[in-house]
Amino acid sequence: MAETRGAIAPYRAILASRMRAQRSYRSNFRIDLTSSFLVGFVELAEVWVLFHNVHELGGFTFTQILLVFGLADFCFSIGDMLFGHCDELTKYVRAGTLDVFYLRPQPILLQLITSDISLKRLSRAAVGLTALVIALVINDIAWSPSAVLLLSLALVSGIAIFSAMFVWAAGLQFFLINGAEMTNAFVYGGRYAATQPAAVWSRPLKVVFGFFFPMAFTAYLPVIALLGLPGPAWLPAWLGWCSPVAALWAWGMALLCWRWGLRHYQGGGG
Amino acid sequence: MSPIIETQGLTREFALRGRGLRRTRLTAVDDLTFTIDPGEAVGYIGANGAGKSTTIKMLCGILVPTNGTVSTCGLRPVEDRVKLARRVGVVFGQRSQLWWDLPVEESFRILASIHRLPKTQEKARTEELVDCLEMADYLATPVRQLSLGQRMRAEVSAALLHSPDLVILDEPTIGLDVLSKQRLREFLVDERERHGTTLMLTTHDMGDIERLCERVLVVDHGRLAFDGTIGGLSRTVGAQRVLVVDLAEPTPDLVDVPGTTHLGSESRGLQQRFAFDAEQLTAAQALAAVSQRAEVRDLSIEEPDIEDVVRRVYASSR
Repeated sequence: MAETRGAIAPYRAILASRMRAQRSYRSNFRIDLTSSFLVGFVELAEVWVLFHNVHELGGFTFTQILLVFGLADFCFSIGDMLFGHCDELTKYVRAGTLDVFYLRPQPILLQLITSDISLKRLSRAAVGLTALVIALVINDIAWSPSAVLLLSLALVSGIAIFSAMFVWAAGLQFFLINGAEMTNAFVYGGRYAATQPAAVWSRPLKVVFGFFFPMAFTAYLPVIALLGLPGPAWLPAWLGWCSPVAALWAWGMALLCWRWGLRHYQGGGG
Repeated sequence: MSPIIETQGLTREFALRGRGLRRTRLTAVDDLTFTIDPGEAVGYIGANGAGKSTTIKMLCGILVPTNGTVSTCGLRPVEDRVKLARRVGVVFGQRSQLWWDLPVEESFRILASIHRLPKTQEKARTEELVDCLEMADYLATPVRQLSLGQRMRAEVSAALLHSPDLVILDEPTIGLDVLSKQRLREFLVDERERHGTTLMLTTHDMGDIERLCERVLVVDHGRLAFDGTIGGLSRTVGAQRVLVVDLAEPTPDLVDVPGTTHLGSESRGLQQRFAFDAEQLTAAQALAAVSQRAEVRDLSIEEPDIEDVVRRVYASSR
């Protein structure tokens, strides 16, 4: 127990100081919180505007899509808060911070993950959480222990999947010059896809964001399972229970990419 | 006594993208073999792009060698990186280990936690470093508000906080004023005396080498061009210091000052330049000899330029 505490102490010390540093510039922090809130709010408004014009999209009504949006956006915001700085790896490389990580007796990836935390994302997470809670109340959900379990699995796996996307992007940026452009398309494009009803996706999209980057597993699939809706072709409702599998797949891919990237950086047969 | 650094045929190539799809390979470090014993102080010098930083990165496990072997503190840098990190301290002159928005003392606290120093050791070591490097005045100042000299002292402390056996400094005095350089050099000399720390440093400043190092390694295009004492280096290349004096009135060329060579005069002999060998004559002796012959108003000493020394080593080794 003391051994574990000693091992996590360095990470805790850094994270605590990062949080203190962000809060110490009060007005700056308030502006950050506000802008982050606005981003979340605009994303929500976008969905509302869309459904204001059509009654139904991909078999979903506005109240139903609100549940998908809330779940996906909340999970993304938490992932972004904890892991969002990872996809700025090129900055770390250029500033030499990555070389400095090599001089410290901890694994490089853990150092990168715990090197920062964006508290400003809390306000955006609040938008997602509010949407989620409202949606859970106004939708017709048959509450049971299994429904609660499904929702909990979806929350944990959703956060894990979005977090994995940031680590995946970091690993890939070792290879790509200006790689952020390309990885952003999947990380942020993935977030957008996750808030949409997957039934309207074309087949290639279903392959890319349904399975390869398992975005459908963060919200859409758990929601159709929770609401007892039928799934579209290729995405049956029972897959909603498989979000932990999708999370494992996403993390496996992320860690593999990271390992490749690190090997490439060190030049040991990348 | 087993060496603290040992390389055997150490080689590192980089793939460069040439025109079109053709790839060319650049050999940054080429078949480098040397050993450094515990307690030594070694200057590692060479022109820009000679392979100094690449060597250092291989010594601490950041880069994997293309060929050859390297052992640091008896460990394999890449495989045993975590163990090695506890025994080596590295200062990269142009990249920071500190947190730019945190006070210096908080950076030290975090680093102590990273290296898992016991509380008593943390306190004693921090006090020692703060004391020796005169940092007490700015401990509570965020790093981004420090002057370059202050920041460099904090960087050196950060690298030495866990009392490493081996300290590698990459351009530690770059951009520092004379006083800051002096203070840092004195500290490093003291640190060696007190703890028997092994030093390896790269620099463009001959003064660093003269005051800190007993031994010099010169690399040229990734190859070892010279390995020996600083005295041997001066003898090999004839590196000399230059005394420049401004005289009170125009004077004929003072060609008879013992131990010096008259290099030239300007403004009808108002300013004269003398070369002398640092091994045989101190600057004070040279000045005294000149003062006997003419009234000196002002003076300056020009140190041998490291680029020049390196160029001469390159020339003599070919």
